[in-house]
Amino acid sequence: MTAKPPPPRLYGLMAEFHEPTEIVAAARAVRAEGYRKVDAYSPYPLEALNEALGFHRSWLPPLVLLGGIAGALGGYALQYWASVLEYPMNIGGKPYHSWPAFIPPTFETTILLAALTAVLGMLALNGLPEPYHPVFNVPSFALASRDRFFICIEAADPKFSLDRTRDFLQSLGPSAISEVEP
Amino acid sequence: MATGPDTSGLAKDSHPVPPGEYLVEPGYDFGSVTDKISSIVLQRRTPVGWFVGFAIGFSLLMLLLFTMAGLLFKGIGLWGPNVPVGWGFDIINFVWWIGIGHAGTLISAILLLLRQQWRTSINRFAEAMTLFAVSCAAFYPIFHTGRPWLSIYWLFPYPNTMGLWPNFRSPLIWDVFAVSTYATVSALFWFVGLIPDLATLRDRAKSKPWKMVYGILAMGWRGSARHWHNYETAYLLLAGLATPLVISVHTVVSFDFAVGLVPGWHATIFPPYFVAGAIYAGFAMVLTLAIPLRKFYGLEDFITLRHLENMAKVMLATGLIVAYGYTMEAFFAWYSANTYEEFMIRNRMTGPYAYMYWCLILCNVVAPNTLWFGRLRRSVPYLFFISFVVSTGMWLERFVIIVTSLHRDFLPSSWGMYAGTRYDWSAFIGTIGLFITLLFLFVRFLPSISIFEMRTILPGAEVEEEHP
Repeated sequence: MTAKPPPPRLYGLMAEFHEPTEIVAAARAVRAEGYRKVDAYSPYPLEALNEALGFHRSWLPPLVLLGGIAGALGGYALQYWASVLEYPMNIGGKPYHSWPAFIPPTFETTILLAALTAVLGMLALNGLPEPYHPVFNVPSFALASRDRFFICIEAADPKFSLDRTRDFLQSLGPSAISEVEP
Repeated sequence: MATGPDTSGLAKDSHPVPPGEYLVEPGYDFGSVTDKISSIVLQRRTPVGWFVGFAIGFSLLMLLLFTMAGLLFKGIGLWGPNVPVGWGFDIINFVWWIGIGHAGTLISAILLLLRQQWRTSINRFAEAMTLFAVSCAAFYPIFHTGRPWLSIYWLFPYPNTMGLWPNFRSPLIWDVFAVSTYATVSALFWFVGLIPDLATLRDRAKSKPWKMVYGILAMGWRGSARHWHNYETAYLLLAGLATPLVISVHTVVSFDFAVGLVPGWHATIFPPYFVAGAIYAGFAMVLTLAIPLRKFYGLEDFITLRHLENMAKVMLATGLIVAYGYTMEAFFAWYSANTYEEFMIRNRMTGPYAYMYWCLILCNVVAPNTLWFGRLRRSVPYLFFISFVVSTGMWLERFVIIVTSLHRDFLPSSWGMYAGTRYDWSAFIGTIGLFITLLFLFVRFLPSISIFEMRTILPGAEVEEEHP
């Protein structure tokens, strides 16, 4: 960080912190300053960080509900179709449409599809699997999965300006600031 | 079990916690917890003890392969079941293994919803135990069909060559749905829990190939606030889904019996009593695994006496429910005024298998009651011992329920006796080998304690709020 040859392209600026309290305070300040294309990184889930960054509620619960409904309808329809329409078979004199007996498999397919939706939906909403991401270009970012906290302001943010953003991040008292190559 | 919210061992500064009450021994921070757990996986040298344990498990696994080959060449006549005892070791062991799996889901899902923080250091390997136990259980229904390559249309909703579908009114098909859903959801839950830790291993692995392997498995996880937000939602939803699921699984397993008309099976007490028994057996297995694990890998600071004691308390509570189940079985046999039911319970207590029944009472009713004593609950060797007693007791319970009910039912002319053959035993021991092998591989290649969840319960994890 000596002179300033204008970096050709930059993903953003990243500040590093040691304490959860610091990162949450930094996230609040970044948000208050008007930056919007921001993400923070922590080695464990920090609810306060989320709130500080003003993220919206996750879309996952309604998706999982839909998955569960699809599982319930699909599971019941499968049994109805197989036992009543496709090959009706008299077993022990029970009605073809023995709905109480169809409940346990319906319950299981409900859970199955809801759970699959929860996992695949979580991955999809997070954009995973993602083989490449610029933040990994910062060497110390490997500590984000150990004990460090990071906040990154993207260059794509309308308010971003290399010098001013750097000064602003510096004012938050980070232990280091790195430029993130794209 | 309720120890109150304040004894969690977190507030080491505000008021002292009595020794043995910590969730994590004091003095750890994010970095040292991470290093300690990940070093078990990332260390270069594999301990000799690991090779010894793995060799034992692997040899027993070979016994399983030998049994499987025999079953495929000669057929399931190698096993003991015959008229009148048509269900033998295969279903005994199936139920035993499935039951063991339940504790893993209970710890990971139900205790999460109940905000029991002590689950944190034991949930990962308990979930692994669930998966491996379900794999062992799956061996039996698949191989008891005799021709497992055809079981796809005997078990799964798929028409056979005659266009006939499985009978959805049968509890055995419910069982297929329940167990396969359970296996899938347990695997998903386990894998989702692993993703952040795989990212830790990716970032900390020294060798390039392992970096690649863990990197691919971590799928580019970078711990961003957005990631965590969706992740936590998904994890909580999975816990909410797994909770009724795990209760449904052993309920459906008990329907395999309870829906039948055989005296000793046809009882409404079966579903709750099976679920309690499953948790009871499962916690015994968690103790069987946790005690050597913490000892050999020096994890006493993370899996503390408090964890072991809590597990002992759960065992005591579920053991009492199981004892209630036995009492009710006897009571209903008398209260029903049904000759066959009455004979069944008398035959169970005094007939040719009476020694099995009384051993079962000793293991499952008498033995857990020793856990009322705090000194015994905090004695690690005793807990290790009692965990084997309970596992034996639960195996005997399934033997007693299945064999003593079937071997003398309605017609004295068709009574008979049952004993497992060599192949029955080799299949059972073989699945234990499969279980041990998978566990050793798991401990060597994946973090056996959830690292990121351990970070959340450290004293430094709280965000200090300064009120404006």
